[in-house]
Amino acid sequence: MFLEWNMGTIKLNVMFDFHKNHKVLVIAALVGFVTLSFIVAVFPAYQMQDVQPLPQQPVMTQSERNGLEVYIREGCVACHTQQVRNIEMDNMWGDRPSIPSDYYYSKERMGVWRQSPSLLGSERTGPDLTNIGKRQPSIDWHLLHLYNPRSVVGQSIMPSYPWLFEIIDTNSIGGDDKVVNLPESFAPPRGTTVIAKKEALQLVAYLQSLQQTDLPDGREEKFIPALERKQTGDTKDINNTSSLNGETLYLQTCAVCHQDNGKGVAGAFPPLAGSEIVNDEDPELMIKIILQGYDARSEFATMQAFADQLSDAEIAAIATHERTSWGNTGSKVTEEEVRKIREYINKDLNP
Amino acid sequence: MSYLRNTMDYSRQTCIISLFFLPLTAVAQTTTVNSEDWITSPGIIGTLVLVFIVVFIAVLIFMARLNSYVKLLKHRQLEKKNLAFNEELLALQEEEIDTILQQRKSGLKYRLKGTELGSDQGAVDEKGLISRVTNEPENPLFDEKKKTPLGIETPYALKKIVTYYLGASVFWLVFGTLVGQYVGMKFLWPEMDHFSWLSFGRLRPVHTNAVFWGWASLAMIGLGYFVIARTSNAKIHSYGSAWWTWRLINLAVLLGTLSLMSGINNGGGEYREYTWPVMLLFAMGLVITFWNFYKTIASRKITDIYVSNWYMLAALIWTTVLAIIGYMPFFSNGLGETVIQGYYMHQGVGMWFMTFTLGLIYYYLPSSLNKPIYSYSLGVLAFWTQMLFYTMIGTHHFVFSPLPWWLQTTAIVFSAGMFIPVVAGTTNFLMTMRGSWSHISKSYVLPFFLVGVIFYFVGSTQGSVQAFRFTNYVWHFTDFNVAHSHMTMYGIITFILWACIYTILPKLTGKEPPQVLVGAHFWMAFVGLFAYMISLMVGGTYKGLSWIEGNAFLNSVILMKPYWLWRAIGGSLMFTSHLIFAYNFYIMVNKRKSVESLSVPGVEHGNN
Repeated sequence: MFLEWNMGTIKLNVMFDFHKNHKVLVIAALVGFVTLSFIVAVFPAYQMQDVQPLPQQPVMTQSERNGLEVYIREGCVACHTQQVRNIEMDNMWGDRPSIPSDYYYSKERMGVWRQSPSLLGSERTGPDLTNIGKRQPSIDWHLLHLYNPRSVVGQSIMPSYPWLFEIIDTNSIGGDDKVVNLPESFAPPRGTTVIAKKEALQLVAYLQSLQQTDLPDGREEKFIPALERKQTGDTKDINNTSSLNGETLYLQTCAVCHQDNGKGVAGAFPPLAGSEIVNDEDPELMIKIILQGYDARSEFATMQAFADQLSDAEIAAIATHERTSWGNTGSKVTEEEVRKIREYINKDLNP
Repeated sequence: MSYLRNTMDYSRQTCIISLFFLPLTAVAQTTTVNSEDWITSPGIIGTLVLVFIVVFIAVLIFMARLNSYVKLLKHRQLEKKNLAFNEELLALQEEEIDTILQQRKSGLKYRLKGTELGSDQGAVDEKGLISRVTNEPENPLFDEKKKTPLGIETPYALKKIVTYYLGASVFWLVFGTLVGQYVGMKFLWPEMDHFSWLSFGRLRPVHTNAVFWGWASLAMIGLGYFVIARTSNAKIHSYGSAWWTWRLINLAVLLGTLSLMSGINNGGGEYREYTWPVMLLFAMGLVITFWNFYKTIASRKITDIYVSNWYMLAALIWTTVLAIIGYMPFFSNGLGETVIQGYYMHQGVGMWFMTFTLGLIYYYLPSSLNKPIYSYSLGVLAFWTQMLFYTMIGTHHFVFSPLPWWLQTTAIVFSAGMFIPVVAGTTNFLMTMRGSWSHISKSYVLPFFLVGVIFYFVGSTQGSVQAFRFTNYVWHFTDFNVAHSHMTMYGIITFILWACIYTILPKLTGKEPPQVLVGAHFWMAFVGLFAYMISLMVGGTYKGLSWIEGNAFLNSVILMKPYWLWRAIGGSLMFTSHLIFAYNFYIMVNKRKSVESLSVPGVEHGNN
């Protein structure tokens, strides 16, 4: 009995004799690390692969997939995230927090040589792109922005991507060529024109495809609130026009095209400062344009509709800001006016 | 009655249980967040305190330097006084001189036997301990540093391999940080160039990968070869395979750099940008190095395995496993890739750079102080806890992401657990240095060690508090992350590697760099890192707060511009210090003035 016990201790001694036995040391370190790695990385990763796309989630087209390749090649992930976190500060990047299904089509292995793209990212030097297709659907804007970001966002620090474009003789423009109309200070020499290469168009197609799919049955995922607001006074205040900052909303939603000084970008986005429509006594046309979008003037790019993105109160705040800034002399717009026009449009479209 | 007792027991039990879990829950469920009190959040206070510690140490070192300079000035003043005294003597009247002479003569009549306090033999330095006697220091502005004591007898083959590894690493340091500096300037001047190969998105990974796999990895392995031979008291198992690793790793970094610049990358995950064929070269280098180290240790002439070798063997084997898991295709579709990415990018730092560098400190720090490490057992404790805690924390890069909540919580809890290995390690190193503080002003190596060790504590602990949910709330996605990674990869790893290189190279080659240049290297790198770190930390915090307030995104870009300028200034200082370091390296290894090799023909093949 005693002998056995003694043998046991000797064996134990050999087993944990890391100081003197290099084999035991290396094997223990290896086994320990591999075990922990399986628990914390391999198994969870394996489980995370088991997802289905959302019912209405569109399949990626080949052109979008090529665009994703350009996105990865140029290292866009170094500055742009694609994840809406479940905290309130991220609600400006999407309608709901991101879920694993969102990445069903985009995060597939890219062939033999390259793995699934790291789209979630870790730096937000530029905006999150989860919903960029909804926020900014205009192909013209994207092309201008890729050719030189500062042509549309003066303070941007994003690199230019001139190698996605070609500068050709204006006379040799073919019917299929997508022309990029640049403002004067960014335009190439006279007699030449910038056209988008196929890669640029594919990249834009990918960016346009970045839109959050609604959850089935209209379920809403909640964000974790940022501030425990001290509820003093009435709670309706949040929806009150006066509490919304029209300038901030304008900067968030409109300024990328119409610019923070309201002057627009010549050849792409019309100025709001001094605009007849904006200064009109009756704001009806202006509100309709915001709600429905606008494509009546061929010298400018198409404007998207904002009916789904902005509430009546928000549109009223933005319109008021636009009508009273940069020397404009329009009247204020109320939430009620916007609501009426929205109802009228809805009736008009679905009688 | 018994019912009552039961309930009491029960409540006591729950009490104990909840006490046990209290720290866990406190860490894990900090979801009620109030950004108004951001300044009082534990994470931010922790970071401020930690940064303060570094400032404090810097001030201490600076005061010590200042003190010695003041002493020098005092000394000069004394000399001036003496001169004035001499002139006074010349101006004396004859009678006065006579009186003094009289006094002096009577004094001189008194004679000592000459042996009251010692023998009458003259002092002879028979063992050649005193190398140079001078009353005039070379540089009147700085403290004279101690010269490195006698060289260590090292086989020529080993000396050559260490020198070549370090040489290549110096090249990648200069190259990698040149790219880093260029990329940092692009934040201020995005229109600097219009070449696709030099665009920000492509160059950023070139910078990170070159300094990771080129600079730090090669330097570590090179320094490791010396440790492994020395502490095993054995010959390196195979020099040939050491050379193969050298070629493989350099080839991997070269090919990786070119492919990244041409737009071929693995998918954009940080530190995983090299495609698998490129990384395979690196991994082969790791496996060969592991085998070489393992066989050398197996042939050791002492029974115990020195703790340095634990760390280095483990780092090699863990990193091999890491590379395999990181590049295996079976579980990396969808968000599986994201789980692996968190695991890989954190363990790349923790299991490779940190573990290996710790192994190097355990040898080079005691070696440069010429005394044993404070506690072997603390080193062993730190070793196993490093494995346990570090492995689990990768997902803290994806807090609030669509990854499973339990995985995020695990990562946060174990991040807090990192406190144990970090405190154990720091205590060990500081206790080893204790009693030798005065050496710091006399050595050009120890300041590097001290900064590295302090940053080991500060950087790692700061990382732990940054993993908390509230700090993530403010800092995640901001430039604060960039500050943190420079605090660790630069403040810890790079400073320690420099310390080790300055410790060992002069002993191997017998040539020392000019101390003024080592000082310039140290201070420029240190001050530069500070400017870099603080500007991005402050800017990053403002950026996060701006996001929380819901301002337009562009505001956060505009408000960062002055901080990016300061970052570029800090970066320039750091880069300049690397050029100085490269020159110092050249001084330490160049073949000129090598008197011994002239006098002994064929010395290249013998022991030098």
